[in-house]
Amino acid sequence: MKFKTKALLTAGLMTVTSLSASIAQAVDLTMYYPVAVGGPVTKVIDDMVQKFQSENPDIKVEAVYAGNYTDTMTKAMTAMKGGQPPQLSVLFSTDLFTLMDEKAIVPIDEIPGADKEWLNSFYPAFMENGRVEGKTWSIPFQRSTIVLYYNKDAFKEAGLDPEKPPTTWAEMAEMSKKLVKKDASGNVTRWGVEIPSTGYGYWMLQALAIENGQKLMNEAGNQVSFNAPKTVEALQYWVDLSAKEGVMPKGAVEWGTLRTDFLEGKTAMMWHTTGNLTAVKEGAKFDFGVAMLPAKERRGSPTGGGNFYVFKSASPEQQQAAVKFIRWMTAPERAADWSIKTGYVAVTPAAYETEVMKTYVKGFPQAVVARDQLEHAVAELSVHDNGRIYKIVNDAVQAAVTGTQTPQEALDSAQKQSERVLNRYK
Amino acid sequence: MVSAVMSAAEPKAVRRKAWLTNINAWLLLLPAIVLLAAFTHYPILATLYHSFFSLSRGGASEFVGLENYTYMLEDDVFWQVLRNNIVFAIATVPTSIALALLMAVWVDKKMAGRSFLRLAFFTPTVLPMIAVANIWLFFYTPDYGLLDQLLKSLGFSGHNWLGDPSTVMTCLAVMVVWKEAGFFMIFYLAALQTIPPELKEAAEVEGASRWYFFRRVTLPLLMPTTLFISINALINSFKLVDQLVIMTKGGPNNASSLLLYYIYEVAFTFQDTAFAATLTVTLITILAAVALTKFVYLDRRIHYQ
Repeated sequence: MKFKTKALLTAGLMTVTSLSASIAQAVDLTMYYPVAVGGPVTKVIDDMVQKFQSENPDIKVEAVYAGNYTDTMTKAMTAMKGGQPPQLSVLFSTDLFTLMDEKAIVPIDEIPGADKEWLNSFYPAFMENGRVEGKTWSIPFQRSTIVLYYNKDAFKEAGLDPEKPPTTWAEMAEMSKKLVKKDASGNVTRWGVEIPSTGYGYWMLQALAIENGQKLMNEAGNQVSFNAPKTVEALQYWVDLSAKEGVMPKGAVEWGTLRTDFLEGKTAMMWHTTGNLTAVKEGAKFDFGVAMLPAKERRGSPTGGGNFYVFKSASPEQQQAAVKFIRWMTAPERAADWSIKTGYVAVTPAAYETEVMKTYVKGFPQAVVARDQLEHAVAELSVHDNGRIYKIVNDAVQAAVTGTQTPQEALDSAQKQSERVLNRYK
Repeated sequence: MVSAVMSAAEPKAVRRKAWLTNINAWLLLLPAIVLLAAFTHYPILATLYHSFFSLSRGGASEFVGLENYTYMLEDDVFWQVLRNNIVFAIATVPTSIALALLMAVWVDKKMAGRSFLRLAFFTPTVLPMIAVANIWLFFYTPDYGLLDQLLKSLGFSGHNWLGDPSTVMTCLAVMVVWKEAGFFMIFYLAALQTIPPELKEAAEVEGASRWYFFRRVTLPLLMPTTLFISINALINSFKLVDQLVIMTKGGPNNASSLLLYYIYEVAFTFQDTAFAATLTVTLITILAAVALTKFVYLDRRIHYQ
């Protein structure tokens, strides 16, 4: 018995000393990050982390790939409730209210090392989702807008000018009709346009609503306008593309397989995140163009994607190390490199002034379309209890595109359900 | 006097012995009790307790009485997943039982390749649900999936099987029946082999037809097994949701979502543990009702050998 106690004590002491030794040597950080577009994004991040560590031997970063955005949020929240949260994480920029309600994160501008000049170096459109109550809570990283990808070869084949993508809703519907191709027995072999309705249906609906001149939420994040007439009209246009015009497949269009559909020539146009750009560029066996989304009342797209968050439970040393890491990851050269390797928008104007980016854009002008669209962009749908509201909107979108409900019914129900959830935050 | 002392001492010794036996029994039961209490009974009580409190996002949770339950009754999605689950149970339980019986009767016969057939029927059970779901996901994929390719070669047009609310449930039910039936077949097979061969001989002597024998002798003798299987299948239909994570995530528009999957979503995606506790209490109540029906009512009406 005595021996056991002694052994236990020794073991305990050893753990304590080794712990304090490692603190003296290096700060350990765990970071969760999501991937929404597939492809080699995990490798790009791992390489960046490796490089950071070799430049900063006093900080060790363990980057954990945690699935898509929803999965990553689930993992981070579960880890936090289990008492072992990561120190920093890339999560939906729109999860801010939820993370604040859970008291999970600290404002970045309160951590030493994050100065005003740095915080003001980002595109303001990307900072919108991260600023609440006069504080900056997150730093943009893997940010995007929705763009229209179109197959120039298909445009030529259909007798359309490949340098003139659609600029309005009406034009998109008209052109799509010319782009639809059918085989002898009347089965469609190429669709005109596809807008994905699984995974991020709320995002696409928001794009259409913005273009129709409708904002979906208020600043305080506790009010939504899902069944406003203009939102209903937006969803109606989307549904009509398949139901009335016959230029989009019926039923739900898969977010995950849409890129393959486009690359295989099964659709002539697609709406997708610019985060897919490099993968499309590498996979396309045809000439393709990228355009801003077409307008109804105005041009527009919600911003999208993930920001860096620093968790409250991290020690002051860890928080400072996290800021150092974030600054490194978003520095102009890295942001340029990241943008070139993925297609995501580089988060600072300075990144587009780097030599490497200038050369890249000269040879591949499609790379700046998403950035140029930023002047029309609106903050992505972000409210309290965001995960739940997203699910409600996604369900409504799916109900409408599958024809289970009319857009009006689907959005009325979404509005009713959302109000029930958001009433707690008024 | 002596006898009086004796009689007083005797019950004492007996009582002491009974007490020791009791201690012994309780000690033997202890490991099971500890495990059950820690991982089954305590969580159930804690869930029940939490279902009466508000969600504490960072702050303190407060007692709200039945508010979570009224919220649940007003929740359209709750009613839909409950309806889905009942439909799913009605679709999968009788079919998998009938199929299991059919397969068992078939492979019970003495014939060539019997072990191979038994193995073939049992294989889907051995596969993990995640693997099965991935295989079937490929079957159902629109355009280039197996089912669509088959239909197209026959001249039909393809269909978005899992993306259509009117077909998604059937697709999932077919898969689950395929996976579950083999498992239930094993129980029927074991039960069939306990039926004494004399009964069959006697029936033949009496001139009973094979169908009559099956209906009036085999089937009643299989009733305990059928009951056991149907309870298990019913509980499984509420318990098995792995396929949803892989194949549909409950979509489109909750058309394929089941109660347990909804609980997962509420608890982990929405982080609403209070409401998840409320839904869990509902699920436990349903399953307890099923179990009680078996123990209290059905057991008395079934003929055991």
